[in-house]
Amino acid sequence: MLAIARQRMLGQSFKKILPAVSVLRSYSSAAKQITVREALNSALDEEMSADPKVFLMGEEVGEYQGAYKITKGLLEKYGPERVLDTPITEAGFTGIGVGAAYYGLKPVVEFMTFNFSMQAIDHIINSAAKSNYMSAGQISVPIVFRGPNGAAAGVGAQHSQCYAAWYASCPGLKVLSPYNSEDARGLLKAAIRDPDPVVFLENELLYGESFPVSDEVLDSSFCLPIGKAKIEREGKDVTITAFSKMAAEMLEKDGIYAEVINLRSIRPLDRSTINASVRKTNRLITVEEGFPQHGVGAEICASVVEESFSYLDAPVERIAGADVPMPYAANLERMAVPQVEDIVRAAKRACYRSVPLAATA
Amino acid sequence: MATAFSPSKFAAQPFPLNTTSQNNPLTIPTTASAFLGSTRKPILLSSSSNLNLRRGSLTVVKENKSKSTPNLLITKEEGLELYEDMVLGRAFEDKCAQMYYDSKMFGFVHLYNGQEAVSTGFIKLLKQQDSIACTYRDHVQALSKGIPARAILSELLGKATGCCRGQGGSMHIFSREHNMLGGFAFIGEGIPIGTGAAFTSKYKREVLKEADCDHVTSAFFGDGACNNGQFYECLNMAALWKLPIVFVVENNLWAIGMSHLRATSVPPIYKKGPAFGMPGVHVDGMDVLKVREVAKEAIGRARRGEGPTLVECETYRFRGHSLADPDKLRDPAEKAHYAARDPITALKKYLIDNSLASEADLKAIDKKIDEVVEEAVEFADESPVPSKSQLLENVFADPKGFGIGPDGRYRCEDPKFTEGTAQV
Repeated sequence: MLAIARQRMLGQSFKKILPAVSVLRSYSSAAKQITVREALNSALDEEMSADPKVFLMGEEVGEYQGAYKITKGLLEKYGPERVLDTPITEAGFTGIGVGAAYYGLKPVVEFMTFNFSMQAIDHIINSAAKSNYMSAGQISVPIVFRGPNGAAAGVGAQHSQCYAAWYASCPGLKVLSPYNSEDARGLLKAAIRDPDPVVFLENELLYGESFPVSDEVLDSSFCLPIGKAKIEREGKDVTITAFSKMAAEMLEKDGIYAEVINLRSIRPLDRSTINASVRKTNRLITVEEGFPQHGVGAEICASVVEESFSYLDAPVERIAGADVPMPYAANLERMAVPQVEDIVRAAKRACYRSVPLAATA
Repeated sequence: MATAFSPSKFAAQPFPLNTTSQNNPLTIPTTASAFLGSTRKPILLSSSSNLNLRRGSLTVVKENKSKSTPNLLITKEEGLELYEDMVLGRAFEDKCAQMYYDSKMFGFVHLYNGQEAVSTGFIKLLKQQDSIACTYRDHVQALSKGIPARAILSELLGKATGCCRGQGGSMHIFSREHNMLGGFAFIGEGIPIGTGAAFTSKYKREVLKEADCDHVTSAFFGDGACNNGQFYECLNMAALWKLPIVFVVENNLWAIGMSHLRATSVPPIYKKGPAFGMPGVHVDGMDVLKVREVAKEAIGRARRGEGPTLVECETYRFRGHSLADPDKLRDPAEKAHYAARDPITALKKYLIDNSLASEADLKAIDKKIDEVVEEAVEFADESPVPSKSQLLENVFADPKGFGIGPDGRYRCEDPKFTEGTAQV
């Protein structure tokens, strides 16, 4: 689903869009383009060189240069003691990582996809998330669990689930989900420096996408705050919250100016930004890739209803993946994942418009 | 029939606890299989080396010397059946690769080239009611088990005529009719599933009193799975409860780019069987006849109710882990070494040398298989994609619970349901 959104968004040259809308992105003039993969790689590289307690662990992170090439070059640079190729035993090596974190190191554990984290979820929740609480603050767990999350293309039901909602429901975990290169760099650095367990949900389809970044982003001390959402595009008609999903360009054409919020941080959720935005636009659409029931959108909807109910002019629209395990057939898979058209239709419903006011593009 | 080795030796001692000398890897003769040493690179085994037969439950299968004896391991019919099955597997996988590179297939595709002897050797000895559970590298096991090539190819293309109607894909081939229990994406996931199927078989015999239920399960998995906790948990329970299962390790030495030697503290996997109280057997997985001999014993054991067996097949995948894998980490010399031991070529040579079949017979089979695969491609190409309504089907077997009653309405909607007087 992201593929379609990205195609629409990035297929049109970025430069054309930038001057056309009021932009909150504070880029300096000559923007350098880096892919999300490079952003993650450079973030890991810089954090590992800054702090010798940081080490990487996961399947194929070393000699294979990373299953998705995120850890490329790190084995050569830091050696096998700090970049560990593990056997295929998620429960085991996650537990070892958590134990190392208990005792003072800062592991970055990679799951080849977050689906495999289900084999290790006992350690993520019970050993990592809950230990600061259980020990009354004595044992903090500065660990990062990272890897691709959500649907890729044609990989079937067991490789396509989105785990944002599951991990975000657990107190003691911080859950981050970057969208572009700037997010990836800043949030990963923040996650590694953070003294608490962080679940870092990347997206496989975004790894190869390039985004412009400013010099500030490329600086090695660049960090983004955890728990702050970013308003990617300001608007006035409807608020769209998403993580890893953008659809505003599409709406621009039809005369609906949507305010798009890139959540960045699923837990802690930036409720104040979301609510402030809803109080401005009075309509809300939540967009996510995962299953609808008990999803991130459900939580956002509840939060807005609790805090900004009188400001809502329309019911909250919730766009999520289909309530089925991901099918394999390409046409069914497309239907199971939110497409830009779904978001546009929801926006129009929320704004009570089914016919665009301006001439259609 | 007299053969160069007698597999019955390992059946005789199911619980060897005197494994002191056998635990020490240094006592294993270095002429044994390539990777048993503690070096990082496998010592390449020459195909004519003589492997010592070990007593007790650890057995290394000896070189097949049947060429010099008048008694052959297989009849002509069996030989042709094995040949046809392996050629079908190979042709099918090659066709998958071709379609993937033509962008007609998508997603993850994991091919079995080179490992056909393991699948054919074991599955051709199973009955239709016996079950198998595999990994994501499951096309050829599905073919051996009897699922038609056209159904699998349609599934790979995501068509409605696929064996799972396009909902599973390459990694999730299921068939109730042929008792293929999947097709699992997670490493080690099929092992407990297979163990559970074996449990069902035993339960049917003992609790449900179906005295003739002697169904056996084969669980196929790789060397990477042998470092996973589930593997050991299932070895323990299968031996504890004497389940009719054969654990087949397809040790192709590599888990994507991770060599088995780099990931495992004690590389010989078959040695882990006796630790749990079952025989551990190592066999040359590039030779279908050797695999078949071991399989006969192991499956026989399970059928007689003597419990599980761990069989480690030393094999090799000629292609990368998946079609997206650049496969740069494997040594070309290693690949060449195993390519020279192609199981299909070896069986062909055996059949011709022993006058079981002529070149013409085998060529006829090759041609027949080509036609089968071509027909499967045509069938799959012409099949429709799943209809939109299929998206929401099959999430539950029975969405409303308790099914539909005799009056045609959902039982749970019957007002008498909660009173306990409804007909359930």
